[in-house]
Amino acid sequence: MCTLEKRGNVFILTFTGEDQHRFNPNLIGSLLSLLSQVKAEATGGSALITQAQGKFFSNGFDLDWAQAAGSEQGAAERLHHMVALFKPVTAALLSLPMPTVAAITGHAAAAGFLLALSHDYLIMRKDRGVLYMSEVDIALTIPDYFNALFREKIGDASVRRDLLLRGLKMKGDEAEKRGVVEAAYGGEAEVREASVRLAENLGKRKWNGEVYAEIRKGLYPQLSAILGLTHKAYTIARL
Amino acid sequence: MCSLEKRGNLFILTLTGKNVEHRLNPEVLISIISALSRAKAKSTRGSALVTVSHGKFFCNGFDLDWVNATGSKQEAQQRFDYSLDCLTQLVQAFISLPMPTVAAVNGHAAAAGVVIPLCHDYVVMRRDRGVLYVNDLEMGLKIPELYMAFFRAKTSGWALRDLVLRGLKIKGEELLKMGIVDAVYDGEEGVTNAGMKMADDLARRKWDGEVYAEIRKGLYSEFCGMLGIASKAIGTPKL
Repeated sequence: MCTLEKRGNVFILTFTGEDQHRFNPNLIGSLLSLLSQVKAEATGGSALITQAQGKFFSNGFDLDWAQAAGSEQGAAERLHHMVALFKPVTAALLSLPMPTVAAITGHAAAAGFLLALSHDYLIMRKDRGVLYMSEVDIALTIPDYFNALFREKIGDASVRRDLLLRGLKMKGDEAEKRGVVEAAYGGEAEVREASVRLAENLGKRKWNGEVYAEIRKGLYPQLSAILGLTHKAYTIARL
Repeated sequence: MCSLEKRGNLFILTLTGKNVEHRLNPEVLISIISALSRAKAKSTRGSALVTVSHGKFFCNGFDLDWVNATGSKQEAQQRFDYSLDCLTQLVQAFISLPMPTVAAVNGHAAAAGVVIPLCHDYVVMRRDRGVLYVNDLEMGLKIPELYMAFFRAKTSGWALRDLVLRGLKIKGEELLKMGIVDAVYDGEEGVTNAGMKMADDLARRKWDGEVYAEIRKGLYSEFCGMLGIASKAIGTPKL
């Protein structure tokens, strides 16, 4: 389940409950719908925090649901379906007209890590939780838009190799040191506070949301192209 | 405007621009392009160029006084667009210069002024004074696609985000950590001398200028592609 609340100028999207917050078609649908709502209600000074309750940020796609199809082919189809369904979530975050922060208080794996990485800033715990691209360990290849996101967001080739090809479970302090996250803090409360502080500070800049989204898309041209996001042509300056 | 001096193998381009902020208008930009043409005409193997400036500012961007000194918003936009076109021509001139280039950044570089040091092969900056400030987001301006491609040629990942999507005034030390400048020095004399020494050291490699320029253009392949600047193949290696 995910919920949306607003505290001042900050939208807070929360994955509720103590489960793994796995993405199945229902949760993906809710997420998309809430992100549309955030976009519709955006004003100058808005910011978004995405967070979760419990031990997990998100452990990725709902592979149990995929396997409940009953056959190998059925499972593969369901997984393929979820990969396709999740693409608009990534696109929505990439074009959201406001700064975005992922408050990673628990494990973020596979599509869960992807969701976190789709935000402008990542804040993580030092004491608990890992970032983990599990695909190599469970014999799944990595979808094209996942690859593009990693390639364009994470500048260091050896970090990308460690995350994607080595199945590294990266803890907070390594993630901070190697530049995968913006900052790592000692505990859950600190992560939440730091995320709120960051979101509020970014919101206070009162940037034009449309301009923000356009510049952001320009940071990730390959990803934008794969997601079918066009770059709006250069328009009038505020002189 | 600017001045060009030759000291041995070294071309020294001094930016004076318009007023103490060394602002850029078409006249200034064209005079710099002209100076680069003169350097190119006199270049030999073992030439190098260093760009310096004096005072509190390296270059604070376009001459907005000139841009706005018209009767209408439309004319102002035209003047802005024309300034941008001239800047693009200048970037092309730097990128095609048949010799290594070093920018010695003595002070603040903002808005369009950031592009000037970044179109050099090496940037040295003052540690004790001066910031790079890409302020498009702050001004509510989208960054033209061509210039997003330019910035993407210089940096990537979170450093790219911090350069263009965060409204940051970034000091030399931080830029060094981000990999955007190559070294930092104390004082105007310190950075200017360091820039000249770096250019001298590069000149001593006696690279074939034409080949150097073609290889350099390859580092800006996306930018050059968007401008339709083709690369030449030069295939007679010095064995």
